[in-house]
Amino acid sequence: MMTRNNLERIVYPLLGVVIVLALWQLTCVLWKMPEAVLPTPMNVARAIAKYWPALVSEGWVTLKATLYGFALALLLGIPIAVAVSLSSWVNLMFYPLLVALQSVPKVALAPILLVWLGTGIESKLAIAWLVAFFPIVVDTAAGLQSTPRDLLELGRSLKATRWQVFSMIQFPAALPYVFTGAKVAVTLAVIGAVIGEFVGSSDGLGFLLLSATSQINTSLAFAALFALSVLGTITYLMVVAVERALSGWLPLPPPRH
Amino acid sequence: MQFGSVRGARKVFLAKERGGGATEDLVALDDASFDFDEGEFVSLLGPSGCGKTTLLRMVAGLTPRSGGSITINGKDVEGPYGDYGFVFQAPSLMPWRTVLQNVLFPMDVLKRNDSAALERARELLALVGLSDFAASRPHQLSGGMQQRVALCRALIHAPKLLLMDEPFGALDELTRLEMNDLLLKIRKETRASVLFVTHSISEAVYLADKVLVFSRRPARVVEQLSVSLGYPRSQAVRFTPEFTQAERRVSEALGILAPTAGAGVH
Repeated sequence: MMTRNNLERIVYPLLGVVIVLALWQLTCVLWKMPEAVLPTPMNVARAIAKYWPALVSEGWVTLKATLYGFALALLLGIPIAVAVSLSSWVNLMFYPLLVALQSVPKVALAPILLVWLGTGIESKLAIAWLVAFFPIVVDTAAGLQSTPRDLLELGRSLKATRWQVFSMIQFPAALPYVFTGAKVAVTLAVIGAVIGEFVGSSDGLGFLLLSATSQINTSLAFAALFALSVLGTITYLMVVAVERALSGWLPLPPPRH
Repeated sequence: MQFGSVRGARKVFLAKERGGGATEDLVALDDASFDFDEGEFVSLLGPSGCGKTTLLRMVAGLTPRSGGSITINGKDVEGPYGDYGFVFQAPSLMPWRTVLQNVLFPMDVLKRNDSAALERARELLALVGLSDFAASRPHQLSGGMQQRVALCRALIHAPKLLLMDEPFGALDELTRLEMNDLLLKIRKETRASVLFVTHSISEAVYLADKVLVFSRRPARVVEQLSVSLGYPRSQAVRFTPEFTQAERRVSEALGILAPTAGAGVH
């Protein structure tokens, strides 16, 4: 049975979408927008249907670069955050460097990475990794450094070893922070992959978008844009799903930025 | 039999340790001396910030002392030594563990999480009336229930000493009274010595064999009063003349009540 609350949760968002689409269509009709400048929602829908196989196959390429980059960011980011949080000399040596590197606009590195790694998946993956890496390191490190004091004292009072304190107290306590970082990182990884494709690549949604605009096929460009937002949403929801699956573990509300 | 001895314990927080632009050393505790026996319940009572908590932490070996000596069960305290349970002001449970797993946490650290430990954990949860919540998560429990879990966690490794830092301070009055009775029951069962920091005169008297009264900073133990109420104690004892008399003596020692003729001679 559908409760009133559930109904509202489905009907209102749908209504919002309908209103925006209607306004979009109206804009195109009233101002007589040329197809090349702003295609109507109907034409975009047609383009999506027409280019569906291309959107799926190019989307798959972008998805792979995104997920590999994100996975690599987790794989390297978490151990680095651990090292920075647990060892004061590692912290002193590398944390300022990390913060400084974070302020480098990563997009500006794309051409350099292209020179190093070529136009294959490697350069896209590297950029996706680069943008996803910092939020994971910073949030994980923040989580590891904000362990409740009482729990650390409890560990001390029992003469827990350093490894016990880390594995039984600090790391689990930091997990909600890791997820906050991961959610930011995965959305950034999509952007990173697309930037890689913009700068130099012969496949992926970014490449499709770029070639569509160069052929003034704006409907296809919008279709690619649509596919990208679907891809971004899917990857984000994947992280949320993992977080939910562990929610028994993580009843704490994730910290806010 | 004497279990613990504190002699001239002192704690000075140096300006450079205090941070926040502090320029003066802070004498948190100036000369505390007292003894307690095996199984004795000692309340530590005094104004806020008078170093009671610092003293408790020094007994636990969690805070190094600046002077004096502390001996527990025949050994000098030089750092944390594990053979005590510590109950904090907040329950401080681990949200990622169930209630039962929280109780068993010390056994995991001590690598003694065997079937006997599990059985003991279930006994303790039954003792505090939480058998039905063994599989629950801490956030599903009320504050008072969480503090009961923390109490079980402090007792799971059968320590001879229980250190409690205002454990019921955040609870409402009714829950606090319930917790007091529960603590008396647990203490009878475990026979552990207890050092109990509190702000409440009535709580200090109700629970203790001995009340240590601290002065304002720099804190000293101004008086040690033994409470001669018998056991078992129940809430009815609060309405006896002996109880009122004990509260009066404590209030006088705290300096919030002018000494009356005949009182203070004990």
